[in-house]
Amino acid sequence: MNWLNDWITYITIDLSHILNLTMEHVELVGLSAIVAIAIGVPLGIYLTTNEALAGTVLQATSIIMTIPSIALFGIMIPVFSLINQGIGFVPAFIALILYSQLPIIRNTYTAIKNVNPDLKDAAIGIGMKPIQRLVRVEIPNAIPIIMAGVRTSVVMNIGIGAIASFIGAGGLGVLINQGITRSDEKLIVTGALAVSVLAIIADAILWIVQKLLTSRGLTD
Amino acid sequence: MIKFDHVTKMFQGGAKAVDDVNFTVEDGDIVVLLGPSGCGKTTLLRMVNRLESITSGDISIDNKSIKRLNDIELRRAIGYVIQSNGLFPNMTIESNVTIVPQLLRWDAKKRHNRYKELMQLIGLDPEKYAKRYPHELSGGQQQRVGVARALAADPPILLMDEPFGALDPIIREKLQDEFLQIQTEVKKTILFVSHDIDEAIKMGDKIALLRDGKIMQYDRPADLLTHPKNDFVSQFIGEDRMIKGLSLHTIKDLLREVGLAEMPHQHYDGKTVAGSQNLRNTLSILMNQGAEQVIVTDHNEQEIGAVTIDLIQRYIAKQIKGKTDASLPFERVVR
Repeated sequence: MNWLNDWITYITIDLSHILNLTMEHVELVGLSAIVAIAIGVPLGIYLTTNEALAGTVLQATSIIMTIPSIALFGIMIPVFSLINQGIGFVPAFIALILYSQLPIIRNTYTAIKNVNPDLKDAAIGIGMKPIQRLVRVEIPNAIPIIMAGVRTSVVMNIGIGAIASFIGAGGLGVLINQGITRSDEKLIVTGALAVSVLAIIADAILWIVQKLLTSRGLTD
Repeated sequence: MIKFDHVTKMFQGGAKAVDDVNFTVEDGDIVVLLGPSGCGKTTLLRMVNRLESITSGDISIDNKSIKRLNDIELRRAIGYVIQSNGLFPNMTIESNVTIVPQLLRWDAKKRHNRYKELMQLIGLDPEKYAKRYPHELSGGQQQRVGVARALAADPPILLMDEPFGALDPIIREKLQDEFLQIQTEVKKTILFVSHDIDEAIKMGDKIALLRDGKIMQYDRPADLLTHPKNDFVSQFIGEDRMIKGLSLHTIKDLLREVGLAEMPHQHYDGKTVAGSQNLRNTLSILMNQGAEQVIVTDHNEQEIGAVTIDLIQRYIAKQIKGKTDASLPFERVVR
């Protein structure tokens, strides 16, 4: 109980700091997710029309996923030093976008590819143009799987985002990092817990977004 | 009028799916493309709305080559029904039915009116189903909606690719009847793919029987049944082709040609049949109940006479004699 009291005292004293770091974390992961979706979904859709490129791109994104996150953040430093952004928000932001690509692109690509061929046939047969087919038939029917990819990547990036503190991008990783260096488990637990809660909340919000975007005809 | 002029489709690798096909579909006719799997009937159908390209030859609609038409506009002017109905699961029934009018940018009021008209035509309550989704409907209802969607923009031509093929036999027969009823109102020019000879006889004004991409015979169902042009045709339509042929004739035809028998004098409590019943079913009823005769009723349910197996035989003999020489298989049956 002693430990618990200490911990609660720490949180009350340091609350504004914790909230600031949480906001930084949300900002980093949120912005990178928005950009990642803006790149990944259109690219995934485009790849369904270009099989040759699809293999290459999916392979490349898979390889990015295998790079340990701390190494990827490390690689960003010399690259972004060239434009004087070696540490801080920019390299972390870019690294997270790269990490997000595999689940988003692969799910989008697979979802569009797997739309029932009879639906595509009917859509073409009744005289839809390619863009109408995409907007009215293929994307609406692929939304649940596309959103599953988005949720995976966001939840994953909330975790990976904690490592971004190593290259000075701030966020909840700062707490964990400080806790490790000072052997202060209060900080570590606070940071880890905040990251988890953030991930659960983000997933819940995206689940609601998914429900709103999915036609009732696909769920009931 | 749809005209097929030396139409050939060659797939990569040189396999001919459709091989030098020539025939004409008259306005308001249902032509059934009939044949075993892989005979090219679906490919031929899909060439009409350019879902498949034409390797050589030409297809023209009202003397205009479809090659010279914009493919999007061509497809919007042709109704398309497929076996799996192809309804869009993300759209409501109303959206599904009015999708082509949406693409053609009709205003909302006109679309809604058209929706109500079509739902009444196919026998579904417009208000009840407007906001429902396809998965909430039974297979038969979905297929009806598929037909309504194809009719939405009132295209002169319908392409139907085994539209009732996935339904159970009872529902299939019901939808066939309903569709023939709808056709008497809308009078579309229809190409209808089927692998089922009974369906072809029932639905077709004419039947094009295909094998390996070639047309084996293009004829009215009655002629196809009585005058098969070659072994493949007679094999495909089966040994029971005379029985099948009876489904093309009704008791009314029999009444006109040979008359009915007198009503039995003693009390009769067997089945009665309507004058519009076809002779195949009548024959089956006769054999089923083992009676000498069944009583025929007119459209007012008045009993007008009786039918016997003998009469049906006489009708067959007379019908055939009127048309053909004595070498037909009927001869043996009728003597």
